[in-house]
Amino acid sequence: MTGQQVRWTAEQVLALAPDAASRKAGGKLATPGPWSLAAQGEGALWGLCRGSGSKPYQTVVDLVGAGYKCSCPSRKFPCKHALALLLLWAEKDPVVADGAGPESVPDWAEKWLSGRRERAESKTARPAGEAPADPEAARRRAERRAQRITAGAEELEQRLTDLLRTGLAGAEQLGYAEWDETAARMVDAQAPGLATRVRELASIPGSGPGWPGRLLADCALLRLLTQGYLRREELPEELAATVRAQVGLSTDAATLLADDSARLAGDWLVLGQRDSQEGRLTVRRVWLMERGSGRFALVLSFGAAGQAPELVLPVGTVFEASLAYYPGGSPLRAVLGEGRSAPVPASAPEGVGVEAALARYGDALRSDPWIEAWPAVLHDVVPLPPREGAEDGWRLADSASDTAVPLSFPSESARWQLAAISGGTPITVFGECGHGGFLPQTVWSDGEAITL
Amino acid sequence: MTTGKQTDAGAPPEVAWEELVTAALLGEERRPPPGGSATALLDLAAVATVRQRAGLRPAQAGPRPEPAPHDPRGKLPPAAVRRLGQFLSRSSRGGYRAASGAGSHGANRQGPDLGELLPEWLAIANSQGFGAPSALLPQLLDAARARTDLRSEVLTFAGPRAPWLARLNPDWRFALRGGALPRDPRALPDGREPTEEAACPEPAADEQSVRQLWEEGLFAERVSLLTAVRRRDPAAGRELLLTTWSSERAEDRLMFLDSLRRGLSPADEPFLDRALGDRSKNVRATAAELLATLPESALARRMWERASGCVSLGPAGSPADGAAAGGAAADGAAARVAVDPPQECDAAMVRDGVVATPPKGRGKRSWWLVQTVESAPLSRWTAHLGGRSPAEILALPVADDWRDELHAAWAWAAVRQRDTAWAEALLGLPVRPGGEIPGDPARLLAVLPQQDRARWAAGFVAAHGLADAFRVLGTCSVPWPVELAKAVMDALEIAREAGSYPWSFSGVLGLAERSLDPALAEQFVPLATRRGGSEAEDGARPGAAAYWSDAFDRLVLTLRIRATMREELELPGPSPAG
Repeated sequence: MTGQQVRWTAEQVLALAPDAASRKAGGKLATPGPWSLAAQGEGALWGLCRGSGSKPYQTVVDLVGAGYKCSCPSRKFPCKHALALLLLWAEKDPVVADGAGPESVPDWAEKWLSGRRERAESKTARPAGEAPADPEAARRRAERRAQRITAGAEELEQRLTDLLRTGLAGAEQLGYAEWDETAARMVDAQAPGLATRVRELASIPGSGPGWPGRLLADCALLRLLTQGYLRREELPEELAATVRAQVGLSTDAATLLADDSARLAGDWLVLGQRDSQEGRLTVRRVWLMERGSGRFALVLSFGAAGQAPELVLPVGTVFEASLAYYPGGSPLRAVLGEGRSAPVPASAPEGVGVEAALARYGDALRSDPWIEAWPAVLHDVVPLPPREGAEDGWRLADSASDTAVPLSFPSESARWQLAAISGGTPITVFGECGHGGFLPQTVWSDGEAITL
Repeated sequence: MTTGKQTDAGAPPEVAWEELVTAALLGEERRPPPGGSATALLDLAAVATVRQRAGLRPAQAGPRPEPAPHDPRGKLPPAAVRRLGQFLSRSSRGGYRAASGAGSHGANRQGPDLGELLPEWLAIANSQGFGAPSALLPQLLDAARARTDLRSEVLTFAGPRAPWLARLNPDWRFALRGGALPRDPRALPDGREPTEEAACPEPAADEQSVRQLWEEGLFAERVSLLTAVRRRDPAAGRELLLTTWSSERAEDRLMFLDSLRRGLSPADEPFLDRALGDRSKNVRATAAELLATLPESALARRMWERASGCVSLGPAGSPADGAAAGGAAADGAAARVAVDPPQECDAAMVRDGVVATPPKGRGKRSWWLVQTVESAPLSRWTAHLGGRSPAEILALPVADDWRDELHAAWAWAAVRQRDTAWAEALLGLPVRPGGEIPGDPARLLAVLPQQDRARWAAGFVAAHGLADAFRVLGTCSVPWPVELAKAVMDALEIAREAGSYPWSFSGVLGLAERSLDPALAEQFVPLATRRGGSEAEDGARPGAAAYWSDAFDRLVLTLRIRATMREELELPGPSPAG
């Protein structure tokens, strides 16, 4: 482990906060006052922070691979104490002393750090692909599931065909109940991917002008999926993998990582992060780009009810790691291998123009027709406000050519933040480019990455 | 790309998307769809959808907006950016006012009120010449929209990109009108007198836009505009007001007239004289008040005639002393002030702003006397009362129990006429137990120069404690000088020792958080850590002691934040001399 770490910026630290409340609480604690001890060394930070009780909280941050440990009862991750400690360090606050060698690390910090690092090493050292306990039983389980999904897919096809037989005009009166029932049937059939798509269908009727067209498109793509599943034997392997993933058959991450030949090592730039609530899970999506090849990857991390997902990668930083893509026609989703380096600040990524971004989305569709959008770093683009009298909304235009894509925004405040940062001048933006336009996630301003 | 190609033999026939949608809406049962069946229709639609998506082309961009003008100001240090973000997310939650108000019990339990530090932060950032980070502009503008007291500082700080953005978002319209409004120099930190440039950082607005804003603006904007123009050029301000004077509503006339107070000069007399004949009583009264502050005005002279007729140097207790009445200060010990209030309130007095009918419970003659003396030029009393200084005049005994009325009238006159000598003399009167300083001490204080205010306030707090100190302290410039800070700290200690509850002082505590020199933070640490012993731990209702240490805790925390925020804004530390 190296003793000297490249300092993170305060923005990067704040980007780690699981929510706005933690960000504020962490910022408030980032003053020397409450800290009776704060030190750095051995690639870690540790400190004692006064809380409401008599015993101060013990906070440890592993800067290598970003891990956090605190004796406070908070379920936030990282908690405000870890954030505050990181902030003090990021701001070079003199209260954070330089540790003098490994002996200076207090026991409580050392115990956790060494345990964590041993685990990380043993994981990477583990022999590839430990075989499941009973391969025969696993195969039978997989077969049974395939049969259930097949039955579900056939039922869904019938349901779609019936809908088209009576006409979409009746769909508006149909209501959610009937769709919900179909979705539940898909869950029973162990095809969660189909269930999700059915629920999305339910929200389309009556959802504003043009809904019949949107409903038809989604129904058609859903039938394309069920057909793909029912005839998966005839498909090329990659497309078949895409279909399996879309239906909801997951691939075990450990198995993916176990295949050394499939792992891709490189410098990964953190382009964006977005958390969303899906049922009782918090799903964190982190978009990465390999610096050399420009290849994108999407890493998911989940947090159970009330807890923030564990994966924490500050937007705008770069780290060294190897990852493995889930198989598919246009592989994007990936799983990160253990033993990644600590993230360090990076400059804004290279980007492409509006036309190229749309073309790449088109390319991705060729091998995976269900893709809604594809990641893109656009550079030298200007957000344009709605034209007077025209019915369109905000657009993002190339500064070099006379081309533009429609913009959608993750929130109302994102719209104005993007406009403010640009001020009518060209900017670099990361987002997703698809048939619905461009959804910006991150914008670079003066070399700093700002999450919208 | 896939658009428009149809050469593959296996490709399905191309059908227009609209035709597919129509067929889908109707359903196979009503009309056979393209392809012949429902499933075929779905397959056709899938191909068409993927083809359309894969073949997407960018639209024509068309004309672009003019970029925002370049902002040449310095970039805010990263730590300051973070601090600002923290302040803004706090103040935008809207709870800041409720929490900062006096008397809310919960306030002491909470952390510092970050939104309340925003004005100081903005003032320092502006004085340091930093520009706003563009990513925070929307939050800044939202904050200024909610809090008009922040607007001028925010607009200065936000720079040229603010009006650019405001053209896109109607919520921020106020930023567009801001072009004609220089920021209010009263908001400068430390009570420094603004330099000309600081007072008008915006390019001087051209006459036409001023006229347009004056004619079309909202009321508050018009008041600010008039105030701003008046400050730059008093005559121009008066002329601006004159252009619309006769068509303004009475309430508006009153407010506009009031904004002439600044930069008042004999040149305003003809206009004010006209306003003495206004339809509205309040406008007439204000015009009279303004005229009274011009010692050479005809009204002031008339008032002086009346007042000097009522108040004169009279013989002391015994008639034998009467001979000395005309002499100079040498007769001091023997002289006294004789008061002969007006016998009637004639039409001329009413026209000069004297209200004829007294409030309930007040004698007519006393009421007329006070109004007359209030409007008479203070500068003339010295010559009238035997060459005595204001302090000597106030020290004279007053005949027939007229003392309180007379002194109160002089106090109001000192406030209105901003007469430093008289204000000082009135504030210097020894306060009798149970007695009061004539007039309103806070308003009298505001007449004095800054250093005198703090000195007087320190004496006041030392003598009377904090119970009535809130407004007095509010007149003192920030940060409080050592003498005043010490007096307030001592008084807080005493209040705590006396077992008072701290929320009786939450107004003063809040003021202290924002006004004490942040360098004093560490001196409060011992007070903050002195807990209420077992009382706070045994789960019983915590007593005053625990609340006090919370209150001091919060004070320390706020002062520390202020110290840090100054460092972050690269403000040089306080001079050791204090």
